Amino acid sequence: MERIKTLNTRNLCESAKNGGCGECQTSCQSACKTSCGVANQQCEKAAK
Amino acid sequence: MVHQFQLNGCNIVVDTISGAIHAVDEVAYDIISRYQTDSREAITSWILSKYADREDVTEEDIQLCLDDVEELVRQGKLFTKDTYADIAGTLKARSGDVVKALCLHVAHTCNLNCSYCFASQGRFHGERALMSFEVGKQALDFLMDHSGSRHNLEVDFFGGEPLMNFDVVKQLVAYARSVEKERGKNFRFTLTTNGMLIDDDVIDFANREMSNVVLSLDGRKEVHDRLRVDYAGNGSYDKIVPKFQKLVQARGNAHYYMRGTFTHANPDFTKDVFHMADLGFTELSMEPVVCAPDDPAALTSEDIEIVKQEYEILAKDMLRRKKEGHPITFYHYMIDLEGGPCIYKRLSGCGSGTEYMAVTPWGDLYPCHQFVGDEAYKLGNVWDGVTNTNLREEFRACNAYARPECKDCWAKLYCSGGCAANAYHASGSIRGIYEPGCELFRKRMECAIMMKVKEAFEE
Repeated sequence: MERIKTLNTRNLCESAKNGGCGECQTSCQSACKTSCGVANQQCEKAAK
Repeated sequence: MVHQFQLNGCNIVVDTISGAIHAVDEVAYDIISRYQTDSREAITSWILSKYADREDVTEEDIQLCLDDVEELVRQGKLFTKDTYADIAGTLKARSGDVVKALCLHVAHTCNLNCSYCFASQGRFHGERALMSFEVGKQALDFLMDHSGSRHNLEVDFFGGEPLMNFDVVKQLVAYARSVEKERGKNFRFTLTTNGMLIDDDVIDFANREMSNVVLSLDGRKEVHDRLRVDYAGNGSYDKIVPKFQKLVQARGNAHYYMRGTFTHANPDFTKDVFHMADLGFTELSMEPVVCAPDDPAALTSEDIEIVKQEYEILAKDMLRRKKEGHPITFYHYMIDLEGGPCIYKRLSGCGSGTEYMAVTPWGDLYPCHQFVGDEAYKLGNVWDGVTNTNLREEFRACNAYARPECKDCWAKLYCSGGCAANAYHASGSIRGIYEPGCELFRKRMECAIMMKVKEAFEE
């Protein structure tokens, strides 16, 4: 594509099929403690 | 749902629902902006007229670009339909009453007297108190007993100042380590400290046992010492900075964060971030103050505009530093686009009140550290578990689709509906929103995404 470049990203729709193991870090349990965000968390599922 | 923005010379298109991110030129940017509302013919004629002076923008070229956009739509990477509302609550429902993280308030007292402290100088609007080993042990047992099949369990030693109860912290870690294997668990501990009591013993212990250490520093000496003072009114900067430097130097590659708060007094907080970098720290976090709108420290609407500009300055400078080989990390710009959380996590909210709870020195459970001291939000205690089940259900119902204000927000799968405590303090309801916080969050995500685009295509 000449005018469009797409970054490699995890397909969120696809992750609906095999996600949800719940092993990832609790959102606020780190450096912030005041403003929740989830985008910076690592997926901890053994086989994504 | 698509969000388009231009920042630092980049034209960026975010497809919220699929998570796809596209870096485009200005022609494609314009085409995408009208793709859903105008016909191909109308778009073609508009683009030809807008870029009449550009030889490279031909009718044939515009058709190719329109075909590319159509292909991305077909691949589910652009204008993806929002189909998540029905699964927004499923992870929490499936998880049942599993708890996997606790914030242990081992000390409701503090050796500093910071006026902006949301915890009221560590007392959380109550009496000064230290957690006993017995209460802490029961909290860890409660966590293991209620964690179901979860392997990784998180415990943050928090306060007040947790090092004012360091012996109990050490005993609790020793207890957890003695039982985690047989219970099939892996404890990840975090220590959040103001640094006043750091010594060689603390450094050795923290670097051996803590997965993460959060060190409170507000940046420049004059900024830090304005609010982070002892009970005699003396600033703490000169005492803590050398201790922090020693701890971080000894920590090797293990996680830590310098964590500051900025207020109305320093909306130009990037100077404080850069000051921390000058001190040799590389893992940095600065948070907007959480307080009542009439508090002198509260950020005003003028401050919010300054802060948004500051976020841009920070992002650009971080790119420069990385290019020059001495990068710094800013907590809110860490986004993992390829290995980040699945959609269930992104929908589920922060987990407060369900999988995450705070424990007071006397063993009461609250939905999170920010609700401690508010009796109406007491969930139960570490002996009887959660007894206020209606309250837990209210928190369980919080997710990225629980608030009407979030419905059309492009960033909802990055914040997952936001902080319940901020929403409560701003609107009186955990199902409300804190709009200035949302505004800053969206700006941070734009900056973080821009940095990813720059790194992927231009560096």
